Amino acid sequence: MAKPKLFSGPVPFLKPAVFLGSLFPVVALAIRAARGQLGANPIATGLNQLGLIALVFLIASLACTPIKIISGWTWPIRIRRMLGLFAFFYACLHLATYTGIDQGFDWRAILADVTKRKFIFVGFSAFVLLIPLATTSTNAMVRRIGFARWKLLHRLVYVSAILGVIHFIWRVKKDVTEPVTYGVVLGVLFAVRILDALARARRAQPRVARAR
Amino acid sequence: MAKLPNEPSSEVTPEAHYLRRREFIKNALLFTGTTAAVGGGLLWVMSGGHSDPPEPPSAPQGNLGAAPPPAKPEASDGSLARGPYSTDEPLTPYKEVTGYNNFYEFGLDKSDPAQNAGSLHSRPWTVSIEGEVNKPQIVDIDTLLGWFPAEERIYRMRCVEAWSMVIPWLGFPLASLVKKVEPTSRAKYVAFTTLLDPKQMPGQRSRVLDWPYVEGLRIDEATHPLAILAIGLYGKPLPNQNGAPLRLVVPWKYGFKGIKSIVKIRFVEEQPPTTWNIAAPNEYGFYANVNPEVDHPRWSQATERRIGELRRRKTLPFNGYGELVASLYTGIDLRKNF
Repeated sequence: MAKPKLFSGPVPFLKPAVFLGSLFPVVALAIRAARGQLGANPIATGLNQLGLIALVFLIASLACTPIKIISGWTWPIRIRRMLGLFAFFYACLHLATYTGIDQGFDWRAILADVTKRKFIFVGFSAFVLLIPLATTSTNAMVRRIGFARWKLLHRLVYVSAILGVIHFIWRVKKDVTEPVTYGVVLGVLFAVRILDALARARRAQPRVARAR
Repeated sequence: MAKLPNEPSSEVTPEAHYLRRREFIKNALLFTGTTAAVGGGLLWVMSGGHSDPPEPPSAPQGNLGAAPPPAKPEASDGSLARGPYSTDEPLTPYKEVTGYNNFYEFGLDKSDPAQNAGSLHSRPWTVSIEGEVNKPQIVDIDTLLGWFPAEERIYRMRCVEAWSMVIPWLGFPLASLVKKVEPTSRAKYVAFTTLLDPKQMPGQRSRVLDWPYVEGLRIDEATHPLAILAIGLYGKPLPNQNGAPLRLVVPWKYGFKGIKSIVKIRFVEEQPPTTWNIAAPNEYGFYANVNPEVDHPRWSQATERRIGELRRRKTLPFNGYGELVASLYTGIDLRKNF
């Protein structure tokens, strides 16, 4: 069966290009902030945009495998780790903006927010779950933990993404169209994986039967 | 056709070089394309999925295209009678007051009203005054404006979303209007209604809220001297995005109580429904008094960000107007009646 050809073979440009493109949001925000172009409430704007970009990267990293399943392309897998790490990077910036700039390191207010407000608690949990994933993202760590356990651990990314979408839904005042859209995308990605897993299980079964 | 001279063999690119160069150019193009696709896609997401209008027009749109300028002088410089109760805090710049606000009739983003409110025609305009009054009437807006002298009121405005501004309104006490139309003894509340016209207010095509927007006050709140009907700001007629031609300003309450572009004022016996309370009764009450002690279920109301300031500041009970209005609420549990 002929595999689709998009970016097959060596793709030396791929990772550097994705890396550079992934920096656009932070550079754009920095330029707009310096020029005073973030509107009347620049802190809220920056905070919201960083959170949004973190979620987009998280969903993009979760899309790699489903895209490979559907298209047969392997290049998404090559950038999956980078996308996941960029999700963590933007989540860190989002959290730092909240703690440092928005709340001015008022730890009491922050603690009250995290414990009392479910939308902040959920967002904070989504971030915390990303920490072990980012720290075990190197090849050496995969070897050290063992691939099976590493894979199990990294399933947490699903939980983090779901919490991220809930965080977004609970934050908006009224119109949930945008966050729900991200939720639907996430649902579709899960569905592709589940269908694929079922199909593989079905393919595996006859062989088991034959072995008996 | 001129015959091409034969290249000396020393200048012919060796095939291997040539292929490498082709490969290099190909990769460079792919690199640029991929970078642009990834970066451009992300910037597109940041712009909310639509191409970004760089800046809202600096001149407020719909600055009364059709409306005659009011017979009031430019103000905010002390030339106009500065009404009582004005704060001397620094004013939020005109650009922010008119470019950053909520007016869902024109879109959900806070820059949308300034962008989209040009479709509103604030003239001709009538206001229907009805219900439990001795003088019910439909009054032309310019007639109504002639009834009362306008004065400047510099008020703090605290949004329920925990940001705030200081705005030099131009208006007259709501109490004056109430007195003029002579409410009957059965008038316990005043109910306000915004224009309903999806052609002029495109946001009303979306069902994000129940249209038209409705708000209400207890009659003693409505006759409190702090409550005004605003007809302008910064000494100019009210821009469309701020609720032209007539809006309510009740500075001790969250901003959403300040209903905009009013077409109907009805005096009633029972507490009238209010839009945000209908939308989310557990989050937005009828009273909506600014109260740092009573958090919004999803965020704290203890602090606020004054537009233009970096540090959050503490939110004051009744938005700092407690001395004037707290007596309206003696004996009322403000936690239950939020």
